[in-house]
Amino acid sequence: MAIEFKNPVLKWIEYRLPIFSFINDSVGTNYPTPRNLNYWWNFGSLAGVVLGILIVTGIFLAMNYTANVDYAFISVERIMRDVNYGWLLRYLHMNGGSMFFILVYIHMFRGMYYGSYKAPRELLWMIGVFLLLAMMATAFVGYVLPWGQMSFWGATVITNLFSAIPLIGESIVTWLWGGFSVDNPTLNRFFAFHYLLPFIIFGLVVVHIWALHVHKSNNPLGIDPKGPEDMIPFHPYYTIKDIFGMAVFMVFFLWFVFFAPDFFGEADNYIEANPMVTPTHIVPEWYFLPFYAILRAFTVDFLWIPAKLWGVIGMFGSVLILLFLPWLDRSKVRSAKFRPYYRMAFWIFFANSLVLGYVGSQPPEGFLITLGQWATGYYFAYFVIIIPLVSLLEPARVLPDSIAQAVMKPVAAETGEGR
Amino acid sequence: MAIRSACLSLGLIIALAVAGPAQAEVGGGKVETQKWSFGGIFGNYDRAQLQRGFQVMKENCAACHSLEYVYFRNLGEPGGPEFSVEEVKALAADVEVIDGPDDAGDMFERPGLPSDLMPPPFANDNAARASNGGALPPDLSVIAKSRTYKRGFPNWVFDLFTGYQEQGTDYLYALLTGYEEAPADFAVLEGLSYNTVFPGHQIAMPAPLFEDGIEYNDGTKATVEQMARDVSAFLMWAAEPHLEARKRIGFQVIIFLIIFAGLFYATKRKIWSRVKH
Repeated sequence: MAIEFKNPVLKWIEYRLPIFSFINDSVGTNYPTPRNLNYWWNFGSLAGVVLGILIVTGIFLAMNYTANVDYAFISVERIMRDVNYGWLLRYLHMNGGSMFFILVYIHMFRGMYYGSYKAPRELLWMIGVFLLLAMMATAFVGYVLPWGQMSFWGATVITNLFSAIPLIGESIVTWLWGGFSVDNPTLNRFFAFHYLLPFIIFGLVVVHIWALHVHKSNNPLGIDPKGPEDMIPFHPYYTIKDIFGMAVFMVFFLWFVFFAPDFFGEADNYIEANPMVTPTHIVPEWYFLPFYAILRAFTVDFLWIPAKLWGVIGMFGSVLILLFLPWLDRSKVRSAKFRPYYRMAFWIFFANSLVLGYVGSQPPEGFLITLGQWATGYYFAYFVIIIPLVSLLEPARVLPDSIAQAVMKPVAAETGEGR
Repeated sequence: MAIRSACLSLGLIIALAVAGPAQAEVGGGKVETQKWSFGGIFGNYDRAQLQRGFQVMKENCAACHSLEYVYFRNLGEPGGPEFSVEEVKALAADVEVIDGPDDAGDMFERPGLPSDLMPPPFANDNAARASNGGALPPDLSVIAKSRTYKRGFPNWVFDLFTGYQEQGTDYLYALLTGYEEAPADFAVLEGLSYNTVFPGHQIAMPAPLFEDGIEYNDGTKATVEQMARDVSAFLMWAAEPHLEARKRIGFQVIIFLIIFAGLFYATKRKIWSRVKH
C-alpha cells in the first residue's frame, strides 16, 4: 500500500522505489499480526539479530585471521591479545554461535508445540530445516578455524563419517580434505565455506520471512484469524515487544561474553592442533551433542549395512526427518494447547532431546550406550509412530471461535498466554 | 503473566544451555578449588602477585618452558603485572635475542627490547625434547586456559552464575603442589615422577619448585605453595591479559542493558495498554 508523503524528497523516492511502503508492509503499521502472540514468538527475530552480530564480528575477525596451519592458532591468539577489542570480537563470535543455536532450537520447539509447521506453512517450516542444516555446516567448519586440538580432531572424526558411504566413501573424504588428512587445504577451504555459508543463511532467512509474510504468524491458539478484530499492527506492538525481548536476551548473551566466555568451549581447543596427539575424549560443540549421540547409538551391523553407516544415516536422518513433519502430523488442530496427548508426547520428546545431549557429551560406556539407544529410538519413534498415531486417535478439544473471542473472554478458552 | 512467560523462557534457555556443555575428562586426582584474586565476576589481578609470578616463571620455569605469545611490553601494560617502563626495558635487556639478517646477511645477537617476544629456551622442539628426556615442555602462554579438570554436576551449573573461570589455575596449582612419593603398589617409569593430579599420575616434568628455590624481590617467603600460587596467577594473566578490561566493560554493559530492558518493559506495557490482549 503506497504511502502519501508530503515531503517532496520522500514522495519522489517512494514513487520510483516504494521502499517506505515495503518496510511499512513488512514490519510496520500495515503488517497485521495476531494479537495473542506470547514471548515464545520473540525468538525468530532474536535469531535474526544474532545472525547479524555473527556476520559483523566475523568480517572483522576475518580481517585479522590467517587461514594457514602454521599461523591459524597464533593469529587467533594475536586477535585475543593485540587487536583492539579483539578479545571482545572473538568472544562475541564464539558465544554468538552458541546463542544462535539456543535461539533457533527454542524457535523450533515453539513451532513444534504450536503446530506452526502445518498447512499453509509447510514450506516456511522446510526452509527453516534447511536453515538449520546450513547453520550446522557453518558452525562445523567455523569450529575448525582456530586450529586447536578439538578443531582438528573434530574435523577428522566428522569428515571421516563420509567414508562410511559404500564404494565412493573414501574418495569423497579425500576430496573433502583436499589431501590424505585434515591439513592446510582443508583449513583453507573451510575458511572459504565459513565466509560463504552465512550469506546463504542470510538468503534463506529472506525467503523464510517472505514465506512467513504470506500467511502471517501462527499464534498460541493455532486458529486462523477470522478478521481484523483478531489482528494488531506489527508496529508498534511487536516492534516494542521484540526490542524488550532483545534487551533481556542481550543480558543473557553478554553475561557469557564478559563473565564466562569459555563456558561453551573446550579447554583442549587452546592447545594447537597436533596430528600426532589424539585427545582422550573428542567431543563436538554442545549443539551437536544430541546428533552425536544418535550417530554413536548404532553399534550393531544389520540389514547388510555396517553400524557406522547406520550411525551416519541416523544422524543425518534425525535432521532430515523434520522436513516430513508437516505430513507426519495428520491433525488439523495446530496448537498443543488443544491436544493433550500430543502435548505429553512433545514434552517427552523435549526431555529426550536433553537426554541425547547428555549422552553425546559422555564417553560411550556401559549404561550410557543403552540409554543413548533408547533415546534414539524414542527420537525416531516420535516422528514416525507417535505423531501419526496421536494425530489420528486423539480426541480433539473444542477450539475457540476466534482469537478475539478467546482474548476478550479468557475464561471460555484458557488463553492465559495472551500477554 | 508477562513476567511468568519471561521467567519460563529464561528457564528454558538456561535448561538448554546447561544441558549441553561437555565436561572434558582429565582423569587425574582431585583438584581443590583455590581462592584467586581474579576469581569470580568481581575479581582482578593482584599486581604484586603477578610480579612475583613472573619472577618464578623467569627464574624457574623459563629454563625449559617458552612463553612465546607474550611480549616484554605486555609486562608493563595496564591490567597485568604493570612493571614500570624502566623495569620492562631492563627485563627485556636482560636477554639476548637473535635479530637479522644484517646488511652482510648475517644473524646477530642484541639485547632485548620491550617490543620483543620472550625468547624460547630451545631453538626448536627437537632440541627441547633432547634436553628433557624425550618429553616436550609445553609452551605456557595459554596453559591456564588449556588445562582443566572435571567440575561435575551441579558445580558447572553454579559456575555459570558465579563466573568461575579458574579451572585452569586450580589445576596448575594442584599439579605444581601435587608431587609426592608414589604409593607402594604404583610403579613409576624411569625418568617420570608421580603426581597426584596429572592424568595417569606419571609426569615427565620433575618437581619444579623447592622451598626457597628463588628469593622473592619483595621479600615474600618462597614456599612451594606460594610460588605455585604466584606462577599460576601469572600464567592466567599470560593466557587472558585483558581479563580486567573484560570484566569492567562487562559490568558497564550489563547494568546499562538491565536499565534499558526496564525502560523498554515500561514502554511495552504502556503501548500494549491500548489493546486488550
